[in-house]
Amino acid sequence: MSPPLLGAEEGGTSDVTKVAGSPSSKDSPDGLGLGLKERNYLGLSDCSSVDSSTVSGQSDPEAQNNKLNLKATELRLGLPGSQSPERDLDEKPLFPLLPSKDGIKTVVSGNKRGFSDAIDGFSDKKWMFHSAGTDEGTQPLGQGKFPANAGPKQPATKEVPAKPLPERANGINPSRAANNAPAAKAQVIGWPPVRSFRKNTLATTSKDNDEVDGKPGPGALFIKVSMDGAPYLRKVDLRNYSKYYELSVALEKMFSGFTIGQCGTNGTGGRESMSESKLKDLLHGSDYVLTYEDKDGDWMLVGDVPWEMFIESCKRLKIMKSSDAIGLAPRATEKSKARN
Amino acid sequence: MDPKRARESPESAVLSRPSAFPDEVLERILSLLDTHKDRSSASLVSKAWYHAERWSRARVFIGNCYSVSAEILVRRFPNIRSVTLKGKPRFSDFNLVPQNWGADIHSWLLVFAEHYPSLEELRLKRMTVTDQSLEFLALKFPNFKSLSLLSCDGFSTDGLSAIATHCRNLTELDIQENGIDDISGNWLNCFPDNFTSLEVLNFASLNSEVNFDSLERLVTRCNLLRILKVNKTITLDQLQRLLVRAPWLTELGTGSFIQELTPRQYADLETSFKGCRNLQTLSGLSEATALYLPALYPACANLTFLNLSYAALQSEELARLLAYCAHLRRLWVLDTVEDKGLEAVGQNCPLLEELRVFPSDPFDEEIVHGVTELGFLAVSYGCRKLRYVLYFCRQMTNAAVATIVRNCPDFTHFRLCIMNPGQPDYLTREPMDEAFGAVVKNCPKLQRLAVSGLLTDLTFEYIGTFAKNLETLSVAFAGSSDLGMQCVLEGCPKLRKLEIRDCPFGNKALLSGLEKYESMRSLWMSACKITMNGCRLLARKMPRLNVEVMKDEESNDGQSYKVYVYRSVAGPRRDAPPFVLTL
Repeated sequence: MSPPLLGAEEGGTSDVTKVAGSPSSKDSPDGLGLGLKERNYLGLSDCSSVDSSTVSGQSDPEAQNNKLNLKATELRLGLPGSQSPERDLDEKPLFPLLPSKDGIKTVVSGNKRGFSDAIDGFSDKKWMFHSAGTDEGTQPLGQGKFPANAGPKQPATKEVPAKPLPERANGINPSRAANNAPAAKAQVIGWPPVRSFRKNTLATTSKDNDEVDGKPGPGALFIKVSMDGAPYLRKVDLRNYSKYYELSVALEKMFSGFTIGQCGTNGTGGRESMSESKLKDLLHGSDYVLTYEDKDGDWMLVGDVPWEMFIESCKRLKIMKSSDAIGLAPRATEKSKARN
Repeated sequence: MDPKRARESPESAVLSRPSAFPDEVLERILSLLDTHKDRSSASLVSKAWYHAERWSRARVFIGNCYSVSAEILVRRFPNIRSVTLKGKPRFSDFNLVPQNWGADIHSWLLVFAEHYPSLEELRLKRMTVTDQSLEFLALKFPNFKSLSLLSCDGFSTDGLSAIATHCRNLTELDIQENGIDDISGNWLNCFPDNFTSLEVLNFASLNSEVNFDSLERLVTRCNLLRILKVNKTITLDQLQRLLVRAPWLTELGTGSFIQELTPRQYADLETSFKGCRNLQTLSGLSEATALYLPALYPACANLTFLNLSYAALQSEELARLLAYCAHLRRLWVLDTVEDKGLEAVGQNCPLLEELRVFPSDPFDEEIVHGVTELGFLAVSYGCRKLRYVLYFCRQMTNAAVATIVRNCPDFTHFRLCIMNPGQPDYLTREPMDEAFGAVVKNCPKLQRLAVSGLLTDLTFEYIGTFAKNLETLSVAFAGSSDLGMQCVLEGCPKLRKLEIRDCPFGNKALLSGLEKYESMRSLWMSACKITMNGCRLLARKMPRLNVEVMKDEESNDGQSYKVYVYRSVAGPRRDAPPFVLTL
């Protein structure tokens, strides 16, 4: 096996694919053919049965949806003063809450709810409401900048893991901070029982990647990946991949049901594996697209820029419904053109 | 036979005669006894044996540094060459014990300098060690050979410089996971040029960069070196150069496993790993990615211990690596490998005895990943010899645990940490009582147990009823009433260490163990329902116990205390800081 390379030194070759750890395309969805039951985390098959009007507190869901869809398509990137979803926690008062959404009571505080609240406050229906993807519940994370959407929904989406589906439910916050605790997580001292040394070591590794202005270090580049309608986030190490195709395949495995479509790659090791024309195919062909938040806080379509540039500027990934991302593609390309 | 003697047991009748063996012979025989337990037993047989044993003992292990004083130690054992000391309560690892609590080695060293000038080995865990102490150690003990510091604090790399400079006969320097002041890597340069005795060097947990030339020269001239664990600042190509110097290593801790290598460098690295035929333990691998892991494969054939707990591997990377590690007995991983990775463990490592799965993001609640009950199940199906498990997860079921212990009844250490406090079975929403019930019922050899999840008193009833070999129990956020703790104290005859936090156990529970604590090493209780009066009562009734109380800073009601109770022949400790009240 020819030695793997990390990029520039002798030109990318197809060998890199072999050793870069990307799953081969012939692997079955359940991984290495280990007979793992495929978990329908997203309940996508149940989408059709979702009756969005059953969400409590909704007065006119259809109109709401339409209104917000319009807003979604109007969304522009880089609204001034906007930040990525996590940081919105501090700005919650600025977000005009859609009154009907107050059915989810911790929305205002944007914090973890007590365990019993989570159980009471959620039903499968409500979760599937999110998974339908057309609702404001999941859009804001993608658009990120639109205050009306981001405020109420983003914490709610985070809350979902409390009890989404039987197979995957887990009480993330059984006894955590109460509803209206301040944004800072109330950690129990010395819990989980991980030695300080180990804690600090792992923290240093991941801290590199959370810095806003810092360059990514030579180490692992873990960034968070979220998906519309998925009840939880994942983390990927961008250093594991050297081209978009590999990332796409890996994400596909992580979020089964997600397709990046024909992320047309050729094995000739070109750094760009997506072109503008292919993006359009992408959007037509698949249900979801991959977007990322860059250093400026803007949400861009993945694939516009060379891979190296991408991993340097990517702060967060989001798998968005393609219908929501329609507004993005041209802008992203324009922006990168403007940059270049 | 003398009638009086006839009534004595046959053994004592024999031994109360002048010994058939001269003392020297008896000592010689007893000196072959290795384990502390055996030696303790031997010392109880008779006065002759007691003395023979104490004169012949060379190694002593003290599990609680305050249970005995240095003076008592040297009086009983005049010929000690090796001392192992453990200091702070284990929960100090998790910041539950304030700074300056104690367990300082220095007072011991002063006594040792006078009575054990030939001291060769010092192994410390959770002790406070200052640079001054390290310098003292280096200067006062000319035969000093072996220093191991695990989870200690109080020193800096300057102290290591003193050791390197002055310990001419040093064979082991093992610095692990200490909270120290890492000023620079210059300490490594302090080994003299004619210093060649090093066999074990572990500086993996230090952060400062060391001078690679010094290290390379050191490795070259110390041809007895068999254990080398470098830190993250050592790059892959540097590692390669070290490996060609010391291909006979049995234990290797790599540095950073990420670097841009030329094809030539990669080939060299692979060749060097091929040359390491004796490797039994492999660790380090920080930032290892799939790119370079294959270079390792040739070195894995004889691996028995693989420590990937600082390498955030994904499931497939692990699976590919494990295909080469059929002889693995111990495996430590991060939960980034997920259930799929653990399936690979089950499939590739039939000889596995120990598995530890650490959380990569223990405090980030936003992210849900890691391992679940499925991974643990998969391992249990494939690794029937499993006896030691430490498993951090975010969900578990009673049914899964029941199946796991049916598959693996040989568990001696079962430490399950469901990371959300008080979380029930995520499928049935029931408490996790039945899970731990299954553990204690199915695993008669169980020595150590750590419980988690939503637990009622029933768990502790099970433990008290079935866990007859249990020695160590860790409890957090569990139980419903005093009855829980009482069950354990009354039911577990071999209990030695009990550590409890955030449980509704109060004075009644505390006092139910009055008879018990003298047979235990220690009890820790924090954020429970103990009051000062309960502690005072305990101290009054059991004068041979040290009952130490600290105010619990983190508690809301200001009434909660941290209580540390331990038996001691040394009386209350003289170095207690102001915030520790000895009752």
